[in-house]
Amino acid sequence: MADETLLFKIKRQKDETSAPYWEDFSIPYQPNLNIIAALMEIRKDPKLTSGEPSTAPAWEMNCLENVCGSCTMVINGKVQQACTTLVDKLTKPITIAPMTKFPVVKDLIVNRSRMFSNLLKVRAWIPIDGTYDLGAGPRLSEAERQKNYQFSQCMTCGCCLEVCPQVNEHSNFIGASSIGQVRLFNHHPTGAMNKDERLEALAGDDGVTSCGNAQNCVKACPKEIPLTEAIAEMNRDVTVYKLKKFFGG
Amino acid sequence: MAATVAKNKNPRVIVVGGGLAGLMTTVRIAEQGVPVDLFSFVPVKRSHSVCAQGGINGAINTKGEGDSPAVHFDDTVYGGDFLANQPPVKYITDKAPAIIYLLDRMGVMFNRTGEGLLDFRRFGGTQFHRTAFAGATTGQQLLYALDEQTRRAESEGNVKKYEFWDFLGIVKDDDGVCKGIVAQDLRSMEIRSFPADAVVIATGGPGVIFGKSTNSVLNTGTAAAEVYQQGAKYANGEFIQVHPTAIPGIDKLRLMSESARGEGGRVWVPKEPGDKRRGEFIPEDQRWYFLEEKYPAYGNLVPRDIATREIFDVCVNEKMGVFGQNQVYLDLTHLDKKLIDIKLGGILEIYEKFVGEDPRTSPMRIFPAVHYSMGGIWVDFAKSDDGSLEEGNPRNHQTSIPGLYAAGECDYQFHGANRLGANALLSCLATGYLIGPGVASYARNQSKAAHELPSNLFETAQSREQSYYNKLSKSTGTENSYKLHQELGELMTANVTVVRDNKKLAETDAKLQEYIERVEHVSIQDNSSWTNQLVPFTRHLRNMLQLARVITLGALARNESRGAHYKPEFPDRNDPEWLKTTIAQYTPEGPQLSYEEVDTSLIKPRLRNYAVQKEDTIAVADKKPTGTNGHVPEPTPATAGVR
Repeated sequence: MADETLLFKIKRQKDETSAPYWEDFSIPYQPNLNIIAALMEIRKDPKLTSGEPSTAPAWEMNCLENVCGSCTMVINGKVQQACTTLVDKLTKPITIAPMTKFPVVKDLIVNRSRMFSNLLKVRAWIPIDGTYDLGAGPRLSEAERQKNYQFSQCMTCGCCLEVCPQVNEHSNFIGASSIGQVRLFNHHPTGAMNKDERLEALAGDDGVTSCGNAQNCVKACPKEIPLTEAIAEMNRDVTVYKLKKFFGG
Repeated sequence: MAATVAKNKNPRVIVVGGGLAGLMTTVRIAEQGVPVDLFSFVPVKRSHSVCAQGGINGAINTKGEGDSPAVHFDDTVYGGDFLANQPPVKYITDKAPAIIYLLDRMGVMFNRTGEGLLDFRRFGGTQFHRTAFAGATTGQQLLYALDEQTRRAESEGNVKKYEFWDFLGIVKDDDGVCKGIVAQDLRSMEIRSFPADAVVIATGGPGVIFGKSTNSVLNTGTAAAEVYQQGAKYANGEFIQVHPTAIPGIDKLRLMSESARGEGGRVWVPKEPGDKRRGEFIPEDQRWYFLEEKYPAYGNLVPRDIATREIFDVCVNEKMGVFGQNQVYLDLTHLDKKLIDIKLGGILEIYEKFVGEDPRTSPMRIFPAVHYSMGGIWVDFAKSDDGSLEEGNPRNHQTSIPGLYAAGECDYQFHGANRLGANALLSCLATGYLIGPGVASYARNQSKAAHELPSNLFETAQSREQSYYNKLSKSTGTENSYKLHQELGELMTANVTVVRDNKKLAETDAKLQEYIERVEHVSIQDNSSWTNQLVPFTRHLRNMLQLARVITLGALARNESRGAHYKPEFPDRNDPEWLKTTIAQYTPEGPQLSYEEVDTSLIKPRLRNYAVQKEDTIAVADKKPTGTNGHVPEPTPATAGVR
């Protein structure tokens, strides 16, 4: 079907405060398109399906291979990375919208700075003594390394927050990604030395206890990180930490 | 008058770029107690370094093979076809084990041995297990560790991040010394100047000049092109690495790491051209493992320039590509499936997601793609008594503009005419490690703090950029920036990559000049003043065109073949005439080329021959004076034709 066209319904918004609206764009069909390639096609000649001139939708992207976390969007109602979303596998017409749990900046771009602030809050790093040459790092079994590696692939893309019912306008729930990072650093031989600091950051009202156990996060994660395992484990650790703190231990 | 240098009590440094080189530089400068303003086009955690897959080299010799930094040094210089200045290469190869240990201490989840030590794998251009790795997402893992350390420095108040900002240019004082930058907030489109006592550009490579490549979309080389146009020398621009193994795509050519071959992957084509059977159904005796046959000593792990030329030759000249197309098999199907999941999981997942086939059971179909620039902004180095570099010396990695530094892929150091796999992560990190203290001391030794300089210096630079932006955003015409970019990519990929021909290079430059004219007539359909993506892209496109000329004209001038630069008209390396660094300087008429001597003070240049063991090339070099125009006698007939 060489003359087949693909219709995209794209949710647009001029800036942070204006009202959203939908626009239809059409491009000729070609096999093996992903959403990014389709958007790139649209911006080469940004006309509406009706023929009226428009402007290219704004979106975020960078690596185009599912490692940078930039191009998260809601495509046909499902939050995912636009680069790995293949047009041939989607029902048509295709709808593309920005994530809903973050403020829209413009069109498909949202402001995810809250996620990076949360990494700051939970102190998601190894507090090394300095960058000077202090020899080899701690030993680690390969089995433990493999487990930790699952968590260290988190791209801070926001999918887990987007699907979480606890993340809404009435709650500041920190979300699964940051909890996964606490799990990662608390399992590192050096990171474990400061694990209480990170548990303290998860102990508040917006911390791990706010998880409603919907388990959507683990299904939405594009890196298949076992987020619910991390939440369960950090929940236990926070409880133990609070008890210890209560009894002055 | 030999005035004593008044110490600058409030030094401040700007780092532009938040990939591996930029973040390591930031962390090291902040550690010296000098605050850093860190500018990045994207949140630094999303920088292009995440795309590096295979690993980082360091001769830690945990496999009892007798590896050492000295061998790593020799492999790197030899792999680079002797075009690299040797003291900086010695520095990074000596430093490599310490760099890997440092990143391990930062929490990188490097794969481990049974004893819990760092595991190492093989990579191209060496015969040792020298590459530390974290699955097949090593770049991502290293970047995250530095992103975390940067966030820690941020929490301590030593780093201020400016994310979603575009670098527009540097601010120079009346003496031509760099005193800050002008940048644009990509949300509000506000243009501002920022004073700094030193500026480090760490903005990565320019692969996007070639349209589709393995690079991320932000790798337009725009910052390098800006400082080039502001007077910084650009070196060895013509040396562009084309990686042998990538998956073709409409939006991107996705890298399939060299580690696939490091773990035992084999490259082949069916002996019968156009064989219609799928790879897994073709019997062993009907397959041509052309790299193993032609290069018995290194096999599938020849350096990238050689593997790329061979794949190109097999497909384009011999018409032996799989299914008659420009593709060859990269085969992992004979390897232990569980083991490759652990060691190569990241790339297997990419292949599955984008191609829809399982590389554990079907051989992957791949083709070369533009990957890396060996060339970049010219930088200085301060040689130490032992032939390496002097740590802490502010001359290291200073560009030809005082106060302006360059680090990472955007500089030209270390890799000569061809980079070895897994040396890029090392060079980015070792450079950041090296220059942190030097840049901090340079900033401290400025007689006056940049923020105390007359404000008109910064206002002038800011208004220059503002009026440029205003003019550009009002541009009307018939050209679409994205379409013109596509044309640029096709032109450059066709003529300035694997095989280069003087007539075509000259025609390419003529076309580039047409494009430079055409880009003046782009239609800015969208001149919105909030999060405008079209105007900054158009600006980057203009800069890409300037760098494209540097790459093309450098290639046109260099009448020899060396590393990634291959001209059938001049098939041999020609040391007497061309063992020299190309230097391009901007003039409004185009790049002006001159040449500079290469520092070969430590290893005597000898011809490369990956069909034999390296020791044999040393023996040959000792018998025969180097720098002749002749061939090394080839021990196997297969290396003829494609060098």
